[in-house]
Amino acid sequence: MEQVVQTRGLYKTFPRKGGAAQTATHYCPGCEHGVLHKLIGEALADLDLQDRTIVISPVGCGVFAYYYFDTGNVQVAHGRAAAVGTGISRTQNNAVVVSYQGDGDLASIGLNETLQAANRGEKIAVFFVNNTVYGMTGGQMAPTTLVGSKTITSPEGRDPVQAGYPLHMAELINQLRAPVYIARVSFSNMGKLRRARQAIRKALEIQRDGKGYAFVEVLMACPTNQKMNVEEATRFVAEQMEVEYPLGVLRDRAAEAVPIVRSESDYAKETLDRIFSLDTDRAPDAQLTPDAPTFRVKMAGFGGQGVLSMGIILARTACQAGKFVSWYPSYGPEQRGGTANCGVVMSGTPVGTPLVTASDILVAMNRPSLEKFLRDVKPGGLLLYDAAMGEVTPPAGVRALAVPATRLAQEGGSARAANTAMVGVLAALGGFDLPERAYREAITCNFAGKDAVVQANLAVFDHARAWALEQELP
Amino acid sequence: MNQLPPDVPAPYPVIDPLECKSCGRCVMVCPKKVLELGDELNARGYAFTRYKGAGCIGCLNCFYACPEPNAIKVHLPAKET
Amino acid sequence: MATQLIKGNTAVVVGALYAGCDSFFGYPITPASEILHEAAKRFPQAGRRMVQAESEEAAINMVYGAATTGRRAMTASSGPGISLKSEGISYLSGAQLPAVVVDIMRAGPGLGNIGPEQGDYNQVVKGGGHGNYRCLVLAPANVQEMCDLTIRAFELAHKWRMVAFVLADGVLGQMIEPLRFPETSTTPVTDVNWAVDGTAETRLNVVTSIFLDFDQQEAFNRLLQDKYAQVEAAEQDSEAYRLEDAEIALVAYGISARIAQGAVDAARAEGLRVGLFRPITLYPFPKDALREFVAPGGRQLVCVEMSNGQLRDDVKLAIDCACPVHLVNRMGGNLVTEEDILARSRELARSAGGRE
Repeated sequence: MEQVVQTRGLYKTFPRKGGAAQTATHYCPGCEHGVLHKLIGEALADLDLQDRTIVISPVGCGVFAYYYFDTGNVQVAHGRAAAVGTGISRTQNNAVVVSYQGDGDLASIGLNETLQAANRGEKIAVFFVNNTVYGMTGGQMAPTTLVGSKTITSPEGRDPVQAGYPLHMAELINQLRAPVYIARVSFSNMGKLRRARQAIRKALEIQRDGKGYAFVEVLMACPTNQKMNVEEATRFVAEQMEVEYPLGVLRDRAAEAVPIVRSESDYAKETLDRIFSLDTDRAPDAQLTPDAPTFRVKMAGFGGQGVLSMGIILARTACQAGKFVSWYPSYGPEQRGGTANCGVVMSGTPVGTPLVTASDILVAMNRPSLEKFLRDVKPGGLLLYDAAMGEVTPPAGVRALAVPATRLAQEGGSARAANTAMVGVLAALGGFDLPERAYREAITCNFAGKDAVVQANLAVFDHARAWALEQELP
Repeated sequence: MNQLPPDVPAPYPVIDPLECKSCGRCVMVCPKKVLELGDELNARGYAFTRYKGAGCIGCLNCFYACPEPNAIKVHLPAKET
Repeated sequence: MATQLIKGNTAVVVGALYAGCDSFFGYPITPASEILHEAAKRFPQAGRRMVQAESEEAAINMVYGAATTGRRAMTASSGPGISLKSEGISYLSGAQLPAVVVDIMRAGPGLGNIGPEQGDYNQVVKGGGHGNYRCLVLAPANVQEMCDLTIRAFELAHKWRMVAFVLADGVLGQMIEPLRFPETSTTPVTDVNWAVDGTAETRLNVVTSIFLDFDQQEAFNRLLQDKYAQVEAAEQDSEAYRLEDAEIALVAYGISARIAQGAVDAARAEGLRVGLFRPITLYPFPKDALREFVAPGGRQLVCVEMSNGQLRDDVKLAIDCACPVHLVNRMGGNLVTEEDILARSRELARSAGGRE
């Protein structure tokens, strides 16, 4: 049987291209993009990968790769192909992702995406066209432009003092542990072209087997922008580019690499309910009780005094008791040192602003907090402050109680639970009318999974509440 | 040039004159120098490559070096066993 | 039904998982980071994918990749990150890919601070990226809506093949409230008419935003505008509070609306006819309902916002300046107070003779 060797893996005609010549590429005469397209297409066809493959068209001369590849196709923003490829590969475990990028796209604007995807070992075959110039935009200097080379934006030749040195992408990526295969190839003679063909197949075999990241850098010239005929272009690649960018396989771990398998999504409601522990961690729905009083409680202290979790325990108690409730913290750097505060609002009706400006109760665990928030306590309001800060004279109309929170916590059996001691005092004196069961559920829930801690905190809570019930408020 | 006996089927390239962009890569890589750029222009304005009509050894260099997907096919005769 | 006390940012992740979101791609930024934290913990537990991206640009482009395959995908950030994502959002819109983006607004411009603000309104509602595109924008006002509107965002994004934003602020992200968990979960179906998912069925599809031909690009733009007109007809949503007999309507979304609601009650207690109009969708803006309110004449609007009148501008457009539109606002991380709103309401009522 006679065999006819012809292009495979690419469409026979290119209707997406539009215009008159829908059987020809949009590439300039002599440009080797078409050679690379043919080699990739041939390998995809030979490996029977076309159904599984998604080719990513970049921004650059390869922007219209989707005119040609007889595969799934997606066109993306300049430099972002590796990130898009990550998104595809992570959601479609079986997809073969091919990223086709030029030097401006991959090595300049997309350098971060390129290196990070390589470093994660994403399942992507990257074909990187290094032709030392921005082709599509008209011949500007690329990160790969050779020293001394003249371009529109390096009219006197690339000066490394101004513009740095050519970026060696294959070598850069070879610094990373995850990539499976890294090669640099050219088409500057037929032997090199056939080695390039093998490298391209290897990169795609690795994708077929789901083994991870493969990077093939392909050296080319740009006959149009460099104003060369094909012989000059070929000599430029062989005599100048290959000196700067040596050819070869820099890494091949294809044999040892094991397939990477991504998880399958589980959409079952039962799974989600279990993940969020809805069987054990659940509160009743809030009950509308418009006559119930609204409490706005401010809690403040040093970061690390457990002020925020004190507020959460109180909010959780209210929640367990069917109240409408909100908790809102100071957030950000403040919580990593400095002061921390939070506001808890509990009500018989939906909570409006969660911010506590005018407060019914202030719990101050240190003096700066006291000084900051005391003036906001409403007349008739309550101040609970840590006895450690000494005597405090409250404003007229504000009832105040010094609480030896640390001592109560120690006596209760857990020196670290001064915040829980304050909750015990609040339970006794806050006037919330919340059932004791709700406090116990809140504490249990707050320290869920740590039984000893739960027990210790419950003991501190009981002890502090008992202490508070014996106190007399002015 | 090794002349094949005339009765043995020989490989040969088929160049679609319309698809050739006249870059000359195939001419450059042909080991037997049996391809040439002609004077005639195709409908797109390119002086397309022609096969001289004999001497192809089926090395496929021209096929792989050609950047245009639809410009060159190479016919290879059935292998003798 | 199960209720849990949950942080607003966590509620977003709850909504996403029950909505069938397959993948989360994010980058840390206060005050949105807990969404990333919670996604890192919860998504893998349900076999879903989570990647901490190298940058906001990478995160939105990972979303672009996941969305290309027809799966439900999302990212979350705050203003500075949304600025960086704007390129990707324009590309998603140009390629008509569905995706959900959550913006937990903080104070700007520039690095600003991490306090709550609503200054990203124009960026998100008008489109921060290039080109003639719009995004659906949903504005939750409590933790329950942080979950519920995230679910709706996925439904709308895939219904219309658009980017859907959940636009919240630092307060809503950071606060804790009871959340009633969703009663159903969604198993999404890939739309093979346009998705490219690496199967024979979708091999002929292409996802792109390029039309080289000017007329084709214009035709595509017209097609987008037609779609947006349909969205505007179908998806407006708002909530009215004590608006029936109001002469002054506060107009506010998100946390500002909650504060305004408190001010309405306080104003009513003084006999002032004040109500609240709360847009739940910011795009499409609920202009039909707002026009209905101002139609009888003699009414005034007060925009309550944590930004420089960005909402007010849209309100004026929505009602075609049919009545006075006032502004009570704070910026820089400060919240508007009930007292400020009340004072302005009294002032306006007095000058209009608007007492009951």
